[in-house]
Amino acid sequence: MVAVKLRINDVSFSYRSMNALDGITLEINHSEAVSLVGPNGAGKSTLIKCIDRILKPQKGAILLDEENTAQTDARKLSREMSYVPQNNVEVFPFTVFDIVLMGRKPYMGWRVSQKDIAIVAQTLEFLEMEDFGQRYFDELSGGEKQKVIIARAIAQEPQVLLMDEPTSNLDIKHQLEVMEIIKDLVRVKRISVIMAMHDLNLAARFSDRIIMLKDKKVFKVGTPETIFSIDNIREAYGIEAQITTGQGGKPVVIPISADRNERG
Amino acid sequence: MESYKQFTWRKVLFILGLFISLIVIAITAVSLGSASLSLKETVNAFFSLVFPVESSDFAQTVVRQLRFPRIVLAVIAGINLGVSGAVMQGVLRNPLVSPYTLGLSSGAACGAALAIVFGAGTIVFGSFFIVTNAFIFGLLTMLLVLGISRIRGTSIETLILAGVALSYLFSAVISALKYASGNEQLREIVLWLMGDLSGATWQSILILLPIMVIFSIVALSYAWDLNVMGAGDEVSISLGIKVGRVRIINLILAAILTASAIAYTGIIGFIGLVSPHICRLIIGNDHRFLIPASGMMGAVILLVSDTICRTIIQPTELPVGVVTAVIGVPFFLYLLMRKRRRWWQ
Repeated sequence: MVAVKLRINDVSFSYRSMNALDGITLEINHSEAVSLVGPNGAGKSTLIKCIDRILKPQKGAILLDEENTAQTDARKLSREMSYVPQNNVEVFPFTVFDIVLMGRKPYMGWRVSQKDIAIVAQTLEFLEMEDFGQRYFDELSGGEKQKVIIARAIAQEPQVLLMDEPTSNLDIKHQLEVMEIIKDLVRVKRISVIMAMHDLNLAARFSDRIIMLKDKKVFKVGTPETIFSIDNIREAYGIEAQITTGQGGKPVVIPISADRNERG
Repeated sequence: MESYKQFTWRKVLFILGLFISLIVIAITAVSLGSASLSLKETVNAFFSLVFPVESSDFAQTVVRQLRFPRIVLAVIAGINLGVSGAVMQGVLRNPLVSPYTLGLSSGAACGAALAIVFGAGTIVFGSFFIVTNAFIFGLLTMLLVLGISRIRGTSIETLILAGVALSYLFSAVISALKYASGNEQLREIVLWLMGDLSGATWQSILILLPIMVIFSIVALSYAWDLNVMGAGDEVSISLGIKVGRVRIINLILAAILTASAIAYTGIIGFIGLVSPHICRLIIGNDHRFLIPASGMMGAVILLVSDTICRTIIQPTELPVGVVTAVIGVPFFLYLLMRKRRRWWQ
């Protein structure tokens, strides 16, 4: 039997007057990688922010280990979930080491302990970035920056890692690198990863399950093989696509044409 | 790991260096002034308070009642401005923010100008009135800015824009007051707007010292929160920081630090902007070190400036705000051009 890590119970959210999520109900298992896919505006980013309590849903509940997170203390919750944003804000540049050390904020007082320093060093090692410690964040390439932000989220030692389009703005090599890191995290550290993804093929290759959102609702949930069908892609994205089989029997989606009639 | 510790140690060393320079400058400053006293006379005058050393009444009065309070006021006001500048820039994630941009300086100035024009009856009561009015107006401006931005969810942009807008409004009021006031009052307003530390008394220091100590320590206790908040509100929330609350607490404490200092000294806004930047250029952006360093740097700049003010054209004095800018800006520009790296984006 698989253990349920996170339960999302009938969650709805709206920005001022605009509805963004409408009655989302999902279960995320322990130690699994799940991709949220769907067209722009389907609610992927909003759902991720609601799970991490960055946004507070107007309706419904998020249960972590069967405990409603709405009542959880902010510091305690930050030890259990971490978040990798879509865009990195860094107004005042810090060194890579300092940025990863910020992931220890939920555990630290004012002083930095030996343990915190050791965890940061281990995390950088895990990502093969040992030599980057004293480099400044603003001097790194986009791919290196993304890895540093992921390192910060890992140093937070979460049980659930939330990522908002972790591979957008990255070249193909860094995309693969980041996805391999995520795979290792799930396998080695046994954490659950939920990521919003635009690249369906990366999602198919690196996720245990796919959650397809459409019009602020859950449209389909299942393995990549069952979800990425011609019909589902047409209905969710309004495009015609071809599906072939790639490495390891994973589906590969090849977009053919935007079906304007279908989009209406 | 080793290089990280070395890195930290360098920052601590920098702060210690600033602290020692500050003491050296303070001792030098006590012996400088219109009434020429030797270093020995100065030291004796000071220690005659506790030790039985020879010292003339004149030397004692000059040192204890005039110079010493003024030097301590410069140090405290410098620390207040430096600390609050670092806090404001950090909490608003914006390198251009200072007590000026948030409307605090203009608010306090407006309060002072109102007191000068309408309340300057007796001299003693008048000066007390100016100080309290400036402080209250400065603080109220900050609360008003927070209140306005809160309606729209305390976003940083609204906060800064509300501050800028209010500062224009207060400037207009000050202009009107200047236009309407008589010779003597006009002079006093202008002097206040340029900063002046000659009114320093032990009483003012007794009020300022606890404010400085308490609120600087509180600011320092939020150093990690400020570091993380540079990465954006969403990441900060994810790291367990109550962003809205931290922002409001820190802005209010920065406002108290600034308003209490400029209530006694008049406008010296430049230090709040530049002192954090000078320190960023030298030790980087970690607020655990930046806040104390910026405070020390503010004290050094203000003390050096004020000492120049009262000694360069004896027996008259220059306005301290002018000197602060004249020596601070070239120093800042020098660091800015010499450094390869950018320390803010």
